[in-house]
Amino acid sequence: MNRELRREILRYAMPWLVVAGLLIVWEAACIVFDLPEIVLPRPTKVFIVFWQRLDILLAFCWQTLWTTLIGFVIAIAGGLLLGLAIGASPFVYSGLYPLLIAFNAVPKVALVPILMIWVGVGALPAVITAFVISFFPIVVNVATGLATIEPEMRDVLRSLGATDTEILTKVGIPRAMPYLFASLKVAITLSFIGSVISETVGGNRGIGFLMLSAGARNDAPTTFAGLFAIAVMGVAMYAICALVEKRMTRWAFRGQIVS
Amino acid sequence: MAFVDLRNVSLTYRLGKESTHALADATLGIDKGEFIAVVGPSGCGKSTIMKLVTGLLPATGGEVRVGGELVRAPIKGVGMAFQNPTLMPWRTTLDNILLPMEVVEPHKRRFRRHRAEYVEQAMKLLGTVGLADFALRYPWQLSGGMQQRSNLCRALIHGPELLMLDEPFGALDAFTREELWGVMQALWLDKRFTGVLVTHDLREAVYLADTVYVMSRRPGRIVLSRKIDIARPRTLATTFEPHFVEIVHELRDRIHLEHAA
Repeated sequence: MNRELRREILRYAMPWLVVAGLLIVWEAACIVFDLPEIVLPRPTKVFIVFWQRLDILLAFCWQTLWTTLIGFVIAIAGGLLLGLAIGASPFVYSGLYPLLIAFNAVPKVALVPILMIWVGVGALPAVITAFVISFFPIVVNVATGLATIEPEMRDVLRSLGATDTEILTKVGIPRAMPYLFASLKVAITLSFIGSVISETVGGNRGIGFLMLSAGARNDAPTTFAGLFAIAVMGVAMYAICALVEKRMTRWAFRGQIVS
Repeated sequence: MAFVDLRNVSLTYRLGKESTHALADATLGIDKGEFIAVVGPSGCGKSTIMKLVTGLLPATGGEVRVGGELVRAPIKGVGMAFQNPTLMPWRTTLDNILLPMEVVEPHKRRFRRHRAEYVEQAMKLLGTVGLADFALRYPWQLSGGMQQRSNLCRALIHGPELLMLDEPFGALDAFTREELWGVMQALWLDKRFTGVLVTHDLREAVYLADTVYVMSRRPGRIVLSRKIDIARPRTLATTFEPHFVEIVHELRDRIHLEHAA
């Protein structure tokens, strides 16, 4: 096997090797320092529990996943519309932007009790929390994409006689797309945070609820199994968003295509 | 009356409390089919003239008329090319060039149904600037000179009566620039649009224009109008002839006077 190829394989194997190494160090530390399971369970123990409770974990993962995704999809639709409005109109911008910033500054965990008063316990507050927490970066990014249209490009179109709507559809929206897709990677991660927070504060299903109730029973391995499950879902969703981004806006990654 | 007619046009930018007197009392007429160039010290308001003629900026004083009509709002169907090619990276070169067809009447209404016809027209134009083989490439796969050629094609595809060029060759290397002067001249000889070129390259101005206007320092006024009585088509060899060099020197001396003042 030649050197080039070996380096290439190593490059792809690196993330897995690092994760495996981390787990081994963790396992070894638990054994060497004789840590009690309630403080830090060994990874092998976590995997065993994961396997034993697979049915409930999968069911609760599914619960968390669909509430997150629904909230995320609503955030994309709402964020795209509001981002376009803010980016395209200075009046909408000056009217709504301060309000948006104020709203974003509110810790979302403080919203959950209010949501529970309004809509009760369960899936709905999780969906809403996932939505409100991931909405902001999408709005800001889409608006930025529109606001950074080159003035010359605008002049070219205006002197051709293009209307504002035409400028928006021909330049604004395509130009905002890479910004939108970049924000999705951030937004999907935030969505998970939102739904899990909601499940933790006031849920009866979902991974957040599972972790909280396992924690209350001093069942650390189950809590960690829940943690692993969320991490895996988060990484998977991030990877999907990154893939969609690359597919949809190849021109924005031009450096990589040329080389 | 001239096709483009500026009479005592002035412009003051206002930004908060500060106001900048960019252009003072510009009067000039451009005949239909004439190619003029505007030169002057940097920051003298050369580009302002372009924005005024196209109506992108309303004049603070005086009158701008194009084709007899008073310009109050952006006039339609003008071709424009800037130093920055501003091609859309998500469109192929061909689709970039077809952009005006999607926006300008009457092409806009016919575009979807007669696409093939427009593509053929665009390919022909690309052929004349030597880009036929690059139609399906993306702008970022083209060299700077090629991008600027595409930019010119986009400015001309819809057959505008008026073409505005704001230092279109400014960012190119000297060889490419001189080559594109030839391309530009050939396009003009073929289509005979009215051209306004803003540049700080005096040789470029003399090579391409029928009349060169020299502007003063800010606030810009027109201090010299020079007819270029050199036969077309001009070539690079022309630029070394004594008469050509003489005109360039005359313009340069006038601009130096501005810098000294």
